[in-house]
Amino acid sequence: MAALTDELVIEPGRAEKNYWKDIWRYRELFYILSWRDIKVRYKQTVIGAAWGVIRPLLTMLIFTFVFGKVASLASSTSSTPYAIIVFAGLLPWQFFSTALSEASNSLLGNANLISKVYFPRMIVPASSVITSLVDFAISFGLLLLIIIYYKYPLSLNMLLLPVFIIMAFLLAFGVGLYVTALNVKYRDFRYVVPFIVQLGLYVTPVGYSSSVIAERYSGEIRFWFSFNPVVGIIDGFRWCIVGEPMYWPGFYLSLGMILFFMWLGIWYFRKTEKTFADNI
Amino acid sequence: MALPLIKVENLSKKFLISHEKQEPYTTLRDVMAKSVKKLFQKGVKPEGNSEEFWALRDLNFEIKQGDRVGIIGRNGAGKSTLLKILSRISEPSSGKISIRGRVASLLEVGTGFHPELTGRENVFLNGAILGMGRAEINKKFDEIVSFAEVERFLDTPVKRYSSGMYVRLAFAVAAHLEPEILIVDEVLAVGDTQFQKKCIGKMEDVSKNEGRTVLFVSHNMNVIKNICKSGIVLSQGKLVFSGGANEAVEKYLEGSADLGTVAKLYSHKVKCEFAKIVNININNSKNPLVTIFEKLTIDLEIEVLQNISQVEFFVLIYNIEGSPITGLFQKDNDELFKIDSTNHKVSVTLENNLVPGKYFVSAGMFDRSRQFVDWVEFGEMFEIEHAYADGRLFEPRLGATLQKVQWEKIR
Repeated sequence: MAALTDELVIEPGRAEKNYWKDIWRYRELFYILSWRDIKVRYKQTVIGAAWGVIRPLLTMLIFTFVFGKVASLASSTSSTPYAIIVFAGLLPWQFFSTALSEASNSLLGNANLISKVYFPRMIVPASSVITSLVDFAISFGLLLLIIIYYKYPLSLNMLLLPVFIIMAFLLAFGVGLYVTALNVKYRDFRYVVPFIVQLGLYVTPVGYSSSVIAERYSGEIRFWFSFNPVVGIIDGFRWCIVGEPMYWPGFYLSLGMILFFMWLGIWYFRKTEKTFADNI
Repeated sequence: MALPLIKVENLSKKFLISHEKQEPYTTLRDVMAKSVKKLFQKGVKPEGNSEEFWALRDLNFEIKQGDRVGIIGRNGAGKSTLLKILSRISEPSSGKISIRGRVASLLEVGTGFHPELTGRENVFLNGAILGMGRAEINKKFDEIVSFAEVERFLDTPVKRYSSGMYVRLAFAVAAHLEPEILIVDEVLAVGDTQFQKKCIGKMEDVSKNEGRTVLFVSHNMNVIKNICKSGIVLSQGKLVFSGGANEAVEKYLEGSADLGTVAKLYSHKVKCEFAKIVNININNSKNPLVTIFEKLTIDLEIEVLQNISQVEFFVLIYNIEGSPITGLFQKDNDELFKIDSTNHKVSVTLENNLVPGKYFVSAGMFDRSRQFVDWVEFGEMFEIEHAYADGRLFEPRLGATLQKVQWEKIR
């Protein structure tokens, strides 16, 4: 029995040492949990996957109308259809907001698992972020259809899109880790997340382009605007898809914020996860 | 095997219990409200309103390979905490455990089952949660399904399963885990008798023929005696005994009898002017565990405070929800006792025909004119286990009482 030589020692603080190795060992569970979430999600809703199409499509139509026509934030110099600009921003924003909402409820939603079985707890929020990628993929397909409809030319920048998808993933994961851990201790935190998401929509250039800020106010304000890490991601998406010029200082600021949230999330999650089973 | 499979050294686990009003969880609102309050109450010393509680204290024991160990103790003795630490769900406060081999815990069957998913899907999900790889589940899938006897319902969502099918499937997954160490906590309370037998058989098989180690927690002493080779007795977080299963069960039953001598404070519903019940024992102990149909003897010790010549005793039995099940009044069939100024002890014995479960006992006295002299509410408890005296397991059914009856074939 070779397995017997594999000694496991349980001591206070011991879990810290093999932390990342353990997550790797449990990768199978990781796939299965994501698979479960996806499966359940599309089983429980009547219109199933159609929901993933209707939601972004309707939002895009409304935003195009409200921001493009009513508020006339459309740049006069650009020839890009406003619908594509809106959709390029909507894509990462919807991914971020669903992933964040799902991740922040993930620990409480799996309370029975956490109090009964051992596994690296980080798998739970991570797999709910992954699940949100499915919705993202559906919306992305929709974007391609719209691009074809408008016969809009694609640029080579498109190849760099995965970089920004990864950034969005990391941001949702980092903030999600932080909030879900807070949620275990302070149950009323779950009311905070929808509020942040709702408010965030307006301080994030989803229905308008970031360059509008610089045009109407000043470049400096646009820089500070990028303190919101989603700004850098959306700018990146638009750079890849519609070829809007990239504003690099703002991008670096957003990148810094993403790294900060990743660190905050992982640090707080690891600090508190030992007590999840006792508190949940 | 010279080396123990599990070695526990000086294991302790401490919880902080707060003495403020019990809230199931903290809310941010409370925390903010408190910090604001603190701002305005400068100089008041910080609230030291919590107390340390040792759920486990300095445990030391070893478990060898292939052993079947019963972990015995009353509620709150630390059994569940010990299992949770062994299965790495919570961390010890101090001490060390070395485990050589894979641990799988079955703290509750069906952990992670999702009602919307089909039986087939749940087998894979549950297997992964319990630590099986996909290839491993594939290999054992047919075996699991036939053990659970749910072949026909594999593609039905488990929310449509009967509770029996659900438990069978869940146990089947766990039983086919093949860990070196299997931790089982009270799963046998569910399922029908036949399936329970099958489970016990599987557990014996696993440890005898495959050399695996089973840690088993149950309140059913007969099952412990039947399945386990050795036993560990916990009391108030401390290890009281470690050795053979039969001795462990005896030690545990003795231990609960010892507690019987300690009188505790009861809540009296009336002002006791003449006499007062100071101690209630059930089968010479507090909180005893009896089998189905085992006789119950309830002793009442009374202290006479003022001269009273005669009283009538009564005993009420409530179920766990607090609804009265039966009332025993001395007047129904006995002469009343003469009481003088000394202290007395009376007892009532009854044929117990209650179904398994926990029961509360209340007791009291009337005077001649049927005025209450004393009435102790929910003084003590007893529990009827899910088994008969001969070790047969109880099959859950409707009804609150059982009867010994005779079935006859007339024609």
